[in-house]
Amino acid sequence: MSPSFLFSQFMGGLTTAMFLFLIASGLSLVFGVMRVINFAHGSFYMFGAYLAWQAVQWLHPTGGGFWLAALLAALAVGLLGALTERLFFRSLYGREELYQLLFTYALVLILGDAAKFLWGTDQLSISTPPALAGSVQVLGTTQPLYTLFIIAIGPAIAFGLWLLLNRTGAGRMVRAAQMDREMLDALGANVGTIYTGMFALSAFLAGLSGALVTPIQSIVPGMDVLIIVQAFIVVVIGGMGSLWGTFWGSVIYGQVLSFGILIFPGFSLFSVFALMAVILIVRPWGLFGRPL
Amino acid sequence: MGPIRAAAVTVAATAPELRRRTTAAATVRRRRAVSDRIPWVAIVFLVMATVPWLGTRYDTFLASQIVIDALFAVSLNLLLGTTGLVSFGHIAYFGIGAYVCGILMKTYGVPFSVAFPAAGLGAALFALISGYFCVRLIKLYFAMLTLAFSQIVWAIAYKWNAVTGGDQGLPEIPYPNLDWMSAIPGFGDLSIGARFYLLTLALVAVALAIVHRIVRSPFGRVLTTIRDNPERAAFLGINVRLYQLAAFVIAGGFAGLAGALYGIFSRGVFADYVFWSKSAEILIMTILGGIGYFWGPPVGAAVLVWLNQVITDYTQYWSFVLGAVLLVLLFGFPGGIVGGLDLLWRRLKRLLNA
Repeated sequence: MSPSFLFSQFMGGLTTAMFLFLIASGLSLVFGVMRVINFAHGSFYMFGAYLAWQAVQWLHPTGGGFWLAALLAALAVGLLGALTERLFFRSLYGREELYQLLFTYALVLILGDAAKFLWGTDQLSISTPPALAGSVQVLGTTQPLYTLFIIAIGPAIAFGLWLLLNRTGAGRMVRAAQMDREMLDALGANVGTIYTGMFALSAFLAGLSGALVTPIQSIVPGMDVLIIVQAFIVVVIGGMGSLWGTFWGSVIYGQVLSFGILIFPGFSLFSVFALMAVILIVRPWGLFGRPL
Repeated sequence: MGPIRAAAVTVAATAPELRRRTTAAATVRRRRAVSDRIPWVAIVFLVMATVPWLGTRYDTFLASQIVIDALFAVSLNLLLGTTGLVSFGHIAYFGIGAYVCGILMKTYGVPFSVAFPAAGLGAALFALISGYFCVRLIKLYFAMLTLAFSQIVWAIAYKWNAVTGGDQGLPEIPYPNLDWMSAIPGFGDLSIGARFYLLTLALVAVALAIVHRIVRSPFGRVLTTIRDNPERAAFLGINVRLYQLAAFVIAGGFAGLAGALYGIFSRGVFADYVFWSKSAEILIMTILGGIGYFWGPPVGAAVLVWLNQVITDYTQYWSFVLGAVLLVLLFGFPGGIVGGLDLLWRRLKRLLNA
């Protein structure tokens, strides 16, 4: 195993990691504030991918317009998230977890078929934006510019979310809601708006990651249920509700998957689920989270 | 058992919601003495037994699916409705049962009479190991760990080519030898599929009778006490985790038996059977029927299998319909079909008596 080979495995793992962080950050955000595991987060991600494809078709049928399309898709999914919270989810607060879980699963079923109905079952893809279409040589390996962009955007989003939560008034409200919802309510804050905003932001991040994956992965039905379990693993490893936990959880997940293939060929899938189980057994609140 | 049992009865008697339910049940029982004397369950089983003679091959196919799903859903409800544990990985035990029975019968030529109980034991053993860890966690963490264990089973089924057939699965699992049925008058002309259906029906009937017995036993009462108030149960000296683990193992074992029957019925076991979304589907089935009632989940199984057959004649968008049904259920009828009917029946009675 040459150093350059190990480096390329590492970069592969890092790409997976940062990409999963984009998805899992929204999942973790909603869990932290609302104590809800949102199965539909993967569906929001899938809709981000399909809507980005659709926007590219409308804007520039010949190609191009990727960045605007990705932004529009993410905004549309954010709106979908806000509507979901306002229209349905609101009436499930205070009900048992089972009903909340199953509601988000009902969304998985409905959105999954809606995507099939709207876009068919064929694979769709978007070409890489021209500015990032090339590749560079790093330590004797060829790294496509687009994957380097994904690796860079992970920490950028993490830092942005950290600023939002820790350095703004809205963020302070969110953190307060995380600690004691009823007290915040009693103090006159509009908790309902905070919840809607969190749900919208979470869906926006899912939609954005869905849109950004399209140049490297084709868009297919079923991508929603495949990604959501991986996002669960990441959030569980790092600690449900913890931003930096989710970040490091993604890094660990990416590397375990990437190097697990080398150590146990064919059993890397097993190793990530085993890691999830071990962490839940030893530290249910994750490596970086705090006990509830 | 003595003092614990007495304690559980005390808890049950003092829990206000339970007391209300018991009084309501007593009132209903007094009023519908006649309908109570009709053995509904036995009648339904007898009608189901006539399907191979009176129905088409397709009816037998659907009935097989309903009967197997009914056992699977009842095993889940032992956790969900009786003990109050939300498992998101119950498909794992079903899958293990299907694989154990399928591998024993196909690869090693073991007879069904040995492979079937082995499937239940295998699933129960894995439930013991995984459950030992799961019952230490609460609520969402419990759900996540059951999901993780079921995905471990899926990953193994999907990748361990030598034993499970990997992504190719285990096709062509043989039917058990049912030639002895020819000796029974009227059974001579039945196809092997119809004979296996009758065997399935008989085995599921016995299994359901056993689960029913367990739920109604003092042990079952302790489980409902734990569901209603785990802290109080622990305060009374009940080893909550031990009872939860026992329920987990029993539920896993019966899920394994259902899986064994399913593998033979569907002529093969495939890794897709064990994917996590199947756990969600069986949860929907159970809730659709009503988790507060023993016969709720079988009703849910029958309605869902029937609905699937009707809907897929018109459209390929079955998931959409299932999601919509789930929404109506969650927002409109949290008690499920049996819960809704029970409510309707009681209102009707009150109207007639007013």
